[in-house]
Amino acid sequence: MAVVNIDRVLFVAAVLFLLGLTGVLTRKNILFMLISIEIMLNAAGLAFVAAGSKWHQPDGQAMFLFILAMAAAEVSVGLALVMQIWHQHKTMDVEDLNKLKDE
Amino acid sequence: MNELAYIPALPLLGFLVLALGGRRMSQKAVAITGAGSVCAAALLTMVLCGQFFGSGAVGAAAGHASPASVHYDLQLGQWFHAGALSISFGLRVDSLSLVFMFIITFVGALIHLYSTAFMRGDRDYARFFACMNLFVCAMLILVMADNLVLLYLGWEGVGLCSYLLIGFWYDSPANCLAANKAFIITRIGDTALLIGLFLLFKELATLDIAAILRQSPGHFRLGSPVITLIALLFLAGGMGKSAQLPLQTWLPDAMAGPSPVSALIHAATMVTAGVYLIARMHVLFQLSPLAMTVTAITGALTLLVAACSAMVQTDIKRILAYSTISQIGYMFLALGVGAYGAAIFHFFTHAFFKALLFLAAGAVIESLHHEHNIFRMGGLKDKLPVVYWTFLAGAASLAALPLVSAGFYSKEQILWYAWRAANGGTALWLAALAGAVITAFYSTRLLLVVFWGEAKTSVSSRPGRLITIPLIILAFLSLTAGFVEWPHNLLPVHLFSGFLQSVLPAPATRSGGETIGQLLAVMATLAGIGVGYQLYHRQPEIGIITRWQQRPLAAAIRNFLFGGWGFDRLYDTLFVRPLVSITRLNRADIFDQLYVAVVRAARTGHRLLSASQNGSLRWYAVGVLMGILFILTLLL
Repeated sequence: MAVVNIDRVLFVAAVLFLLGLTGVLTRKNILFMLISIEIMLNAAGLAFVAAGSKWHQPDGQAMFLFILAMAAAEVSVGLALVMQIWHQHKTMDVEDLNKLKDE
Repeated sequence: MNELAYIPALPLLGFLVLALGGRRMSQKAVAITGAGSVCAAALLTMVLCGQFFGSGAVGAAAGHASPASVHYDLQLGQWFHAGALSISFGLRVDSLSLVFMFIITFVGALIHLYSTAFMRGDRDYARFFACMNLFVCAMLILVMADNLVLLYLGWEGVGLCSYLLIGFWYDSPANCLAANKAFIITRIGDTALLIGLFLLFKELATLDIAAILRQSPGHFRLGSPVITLIALLFLAGGMGKSAQLPLQTWLPDAMAGPSPVSALIHAATMVTAGVYLIARMHVLFQLSPLAMTVTAITGALTLLVAACSAMVQTDIKRILAYSTISQIGYMFLALGVGAYGAAIFHFFTHAFFKALLFLAAGAVIESLHHEHNIFRMGGLKDKLPVVYWTFLAGAASLAALPLVSAGFYSKEQILWYAWRAANGGTALWLAALAGAVITAFYSTRLLLVVFWGEAKTSVSSRPGRLITIPLIILAFLSLTAGFVEWPHNLLPVHLFSGFLQSVLPAPATRSGGETIGQLLAVMATLAGIGVGYQLYHRQPEIGIITRWQQRPLAAAIRNFLFGGWGFDRLYDTLFVRPLVSITRLNRADIFDQLYVAVVRAARTGHRLLSASQNGSLRWYAVGVLMGILFILTLLL
């Protein structure tokens, strides 16, 4: 198994993270924001795996399993919320979903 | 002596019943409860007097044995306990307390009987008797207390009742102002007394009266600054309560209350609380010659100032009020020269004749459609004969008519001591003598203007029996109460001073001049009466007074005296106005600005932060990002 340079992997993780962040900040559709968050989570997971293989520790992979479980839970709750929002407001635009502001 | 506790407890019970259920009781039931409780207390006090005389005080009075000071003690339980201080509800009755208790309950009972008729028809009948009963209870606690804290409780209690009763007819703002004035001015004295108590406790670590009297001669050096300060503070307390210069201005206005209140509180009992306090604490005063001198001078000045004001008043009750101030001035003078017994004797006779005068004045005012101005009265001699004759007895006693009136015996004693006691002097004596002339003059003026001459207002009603009987009893006592104590050179009868001897020492005197002094006092009285008679009865047609009134100087002096020597205006300029202007300056609440600023900062912060809660999800995400970047920057 070829040894991958840790810096490159971390670079890819950082690019992934920034892509996700940009998506969260710029997307108006709430569904795409959710997907962007998933990308950010995967970036974090990649960084953990890379660090674990660098230091020859299993902790990085255990952490990735945690992130995976958490991402699954988050997606299920998030999708349920998105469906509710669609049912109630007939829109997916976050700019229109600002009812919680201070009057 | 367990029945001792019932004497103050009965009026207290009457107060509780009337205060809690008075509105649902009929007038008759209220009268029976209100007057009955005080009458029962008076009977108990008389039984107590009998026992007291039986237990050897009489032997002492006859001068047989040096009396072991006879007294009754009763502990009713602990009041409070703090550190070294332990205060109990303890009563202690000795001959001094007994004299006061007798006056409070006996004169009080007569005044309550009078009030049952006088106040009939008033819509607050029950409230009146509730306050009166509470007053009697508080006053009894004041004179029966065995420690100064309990005495102070009674002291404040009578002040409260005085306030409540001066403002009894609270519909009129003037009455409420008078009540406030009385309360606030006496408060000055009360505060001084309280500070005195603290100082005394700091020095002696006890507030038990007997212990204080026992320990202070050993603890304090004669004339040391601290004892002088304590004595002066006590004197200031007495000045406030007893309406002495310079705190006397409240008493004339206190006449806004009903006449029985003036008789009981502002003539017979409460205003003499200062006299009681000084007599009770006489050991402290004797340790401070300066305080004694100040007391005597205060008394002498007060009696002159008030007597001069009484000369020109036109309101019948205000004349009597100024005369009360002046007579209490005599008592303070006697206290100041060390003649404590004489002061208490004058209190004793004064209570009878001044209560009588107020009650009679009340009857006159009632009969004349609430007319207070004496110059619109007149000619009542034939229409209200009982009131006239009793008023005559009271006025004679006030003027100290020689031999036949009680006032003569007590006032003559004070005059003599003011002259010949070790602390006395010619100046004090001359002031007292001048006061006697003026007193006789204004008593005569009052009597002649009100009862003689032509009728100016028609009589609407005649006083009933419940009003006249107390008047007659008081008139009898005003004439005869003085016979218990005769001047040294006339008859060797000294029942009163013998009775008090165990508590109050007799002053050291310089001998001689008794007869001359008496003759001068008699001449002073007769001169005053003569001048009054000349001016107000014999020669109104010549019109000396009318001519005087036209002269600007005389009119100015008259107005000055009429206004009570301008004390009210002085205090108004010195204290009231500055205070009012300061409050006006502070109308915007300068000191509140600090708190207003706190509020304003919180509001602004709130507005800024709540603007950030704009409901936009992306803004929040940016916020989170900025936060993370900030923390990362800090960490790196």
